[in-house]
Amino acid sequence: MVIDNMLYNVGRYVSLLRSAVARPEKFSMYYKETMRQMDAIGVGSVFIVLLISVFIGMVTAVQFADQLGDSFVPSYYIGYIVRDITIIEMAPTITCLVLAGKVGSNLAAEIGGMRQKEHIDAMEIMGVNTAAYLIMPKIIAAVVVIPMLVAIAAFVSIVGGYLSTVVPGSLSHTEYVLGLRSFFVPRYVFMMFVKAAVFAFLLTSVSCYMGYYVKGGSIELGEASTSAVVVSNVLILVFDFLIALLLT
Amino acid sequence: MIRTEDIKKSFGENDVLKGISTEFYAGKPNLIIGSSGAGKTVLLKLLIGLFKPTSGKVYYDDTDLFSLDDDALREVRMKVGMLFQGNALFDSMTVGENIRFPMDMFTNKSLGEKEKRVDEVLEMVNMEGINDRFPSEVSGGMQKRVGIARAMVLEPKYLFCDEPNSGLDPKTSILIDELINDLTHHNKITTVINTHDMNSVMGIGENIVLLKDGNLVWQGNKNEVLESDEQVLQEFIFASPFLRRLREDALKQRHAHE
Repeated sequence: MVIDNMLYNVGRYVSLLRSAVARPEKFSMYYKETMRQMDAIGVGSVFIVLLISVFIGMVTAVQFADQLGDSFVPSYYIGYIVRDITIIEMAPTITCLVLAGKVGSNLAAEIGGMRQKEHIDAMEIMGVNTAAYLIMPKIIAAVVVIPMLVAIAAFVSIVGGYLSTVVPGSLSHTEYVLGLRSFFVPRYVFMMFVKAAVFAFLLTSVSCYMGYYVKGGSIELGEASTSAVVVSNVLILVFDFLIALLLT
Repeated sequence: MIRTEDIKKSFGENDVLKGISTEFYAGKPNLIIGSSGAGKTVLLKLLIGLFKPTSGKVYYDDTDLFSLDDDALREVRMKVGMLFQGNALFDSMTVGENIRFPMDMFTNKSLGEKEKRVDEVLEMVNMEGINDRFPSEVSGGMQKRVGIARAMVLEPKYLFCDEPNSGLDPKTSILIDELINDLTHHNKITTVINTHDMNSVMGIGENIVLLKDGNLVWQGNKNEVLESDEQVLQEFIFASPFLRRLREDALKQRHAHE
């Protein structure tokens, strides 16, 4: 039963995405909608991303500084560890998990609300390909702006690490910067952007799917919104592992 | 003209429509009536193509709606206007933007031309000057008119109205009926109205289809409604003693004139 249900949902999700990949009725309308979504997803999420990433950087640095304090590992390693943990894992994964909560629930509720108020039916009857018009601009916007947010998150996390170790005096400026410059592997930055793009696609497409097929009333809309966040988060973690396997 | 051929629709074990064959004529308001659960909304959604029938066909003139691929179906839908029960106006857009949306999506008109057309259709529904207001800032009756204006903006060949009078006071209901009736006759469009409102039946019912338990049980016009002794019709339309008395008085007056 559970497997039947899962296969049914996967089939319907793939079918929806196939419908969403279509020639736009009017390019300018799709462009306008994509820009609107970039603003909503990107600019609208900057503050929360800054807030979370600065604390993640600070916590990572403080924890490692504490653990390495009495060891023979050189203290500049703290900068190196903060940089790599941030780039490889914290910035893409934590940022996208947070965005799945903020953006994903919002998208599911927005599209689900349109379904319940018959806005989607109204567009269908006008001749609009609703799968394409309502979903594709959101996916494109997310795949473009979320990697940018992740890059900002990585930078701010590293700054957070600096603030929590160098400013209180547990590490010198030179040591932290030396750590940041040591053992740099450019491929990790590529991996960060791959993760960000894949997670962005997953969290928007899954959330749009949950909203697009919502039925019933406000309780079902709430459930769709919750499912959007839960399923997106699980998929982000699964794909995090898969990408790590493939790219390391 | 829209024609249905032995349309059946089931949801699981539940047979909602059990074989409807009928015609909806151009230039006339065609009404689908029936008690709750009779299958009116399902029939309307089948006519528009939002549902697919279990079996049977729907023809728009000579085009079989369900034999069309997605692109061809969208071509047909561009000739369709729809007024929804809840209006389905986009909350985040102004009245003007709501009406302009189909033109923005499907035409290459300049902004000036589109604004001019918006003003024309708003004038058509007697709602001039509310372009910049949001749907939430106008009354239910005004929202219905805006919904009609949006449905009419691309000059449709077919107009569908789902419960256009629901939630409206009797006076506004009559105004909406008159508006739909005028637009139908003036533009020679095929209008299909799904309604519970007996004022609409007696006021604009030129072709009335009565459904009961998923079957078409009677078809005729408003004059035949009054004259017919069909029990199923009388039970549905003249359900209250007050309406039965009105019918008897109307028939007496008519026979006295004759």
